[in-house]
Amino acid sequence: MMGLHLEDVEAGQVFGLGSYLFTRENMLEFARAFDPQPFHVDDEAAARGPFGGLAASGWHTAAAWMKCYIATSQEAEARRRGEGLSAVGTGPSPGVSNLKWLKPVLAGDTISYRCTVKGKRPMVTRPQWGLMFSEGEGFNQAGERVFSFDSTVLMARRPPLS
Amino acid sequence: MLHYEDFHEGQSFDLGTYHVTRDELLSFAREFDPQPFHLDEAAAVSSVLGGLAASGWHSCAILMRMICNGYLNRSAGMGSGGMDEVKWLKPVFADETLTGTMTVLSKRVSSKRPEMGILKCRWELRNVAGEVKMEQVGINFMGVRAP
Repeated sequence: MMGLHLEDVEAGQVFGLGSYLFTRENMLEFARAFDPQPFHVDDEAAARGPFGGLAASGWHTAAAWMKCYIATSQEAEARRRGEGLSAVGTGPSPGVSNLKWLKPVLAGDTISYRCTVKGKRPMVTRPQWGLMFSEGEGFNQAGERVFSFDSTVLMARRPPLS
Repeated sequence: MLHYEDFHEGQSFDLGTYHVTRDELLSFAREFDPQPFHLDEAAAVSSVLGGLAASGWHSCAILMRMICNGYLNRSAGMGSGGMDEVKWLKPVFADETLTGTMTVLSKRVSSKRPEMGILKCRWELRNVAGEVKMEQVGINFMGVRAP
């Protein structure tokens, strides 16, 4: 995560993750594959629907957060490599909670994502790993919070000095 | 068309099956979650996941598609405000066939919007051996037939 070990993160740290442009094309592509509800795939139905227009699938909003998170982490890893340091990598996640789709994401919206560290602890069962607790968020171009969730992710611990 | 009145506490819906091809798994991971354990067989085998595994967000998207096919696209669905819990319990591997169920946990009509019902649901994604791969608990807004 961000080229950092568990020891390097502290509660309150905020990572800006960049942004993702939701276009009519990428919204329809995602929704046709995974979430073909009328208000995600059909302009006329969407205009009469709960969001007043074609809205992105909530899972598209979530997947785009992940895309931005990984891209930002990989840029940090590349900087580490440039400094001659070995890769840290990103760990898998056992899940997320309190995931909220607060406002619809509409075609043409640019969502800026971020990740805020909330806490951490070492894992007893896997001594080379720890858990980081964080909050993920997305904001539209008007600064409105459209998406948030709490996540838990495995983070590598700093190897002992030899 | 299913409305709020047609859903009952404790009722379950079978969401059919979904076969996750290796190509689909890789294609989703390349676009949204390009981590080695989602992209590269050798890296995946030596990772915590133990094999080439779908992005957790891909599992969410797959379950969503199964939900649409299973009941939502013949309902007065009005979207969702969110998920209380998404638990990625076991990795979803390439070429697995998945099954799904939805269970209604509770229901009420929105106090602010009498035309909208609020279903609290649990959705489960399993493999054909019956192992639960992912569990979600969350909200599905559903139109009321006779507000």
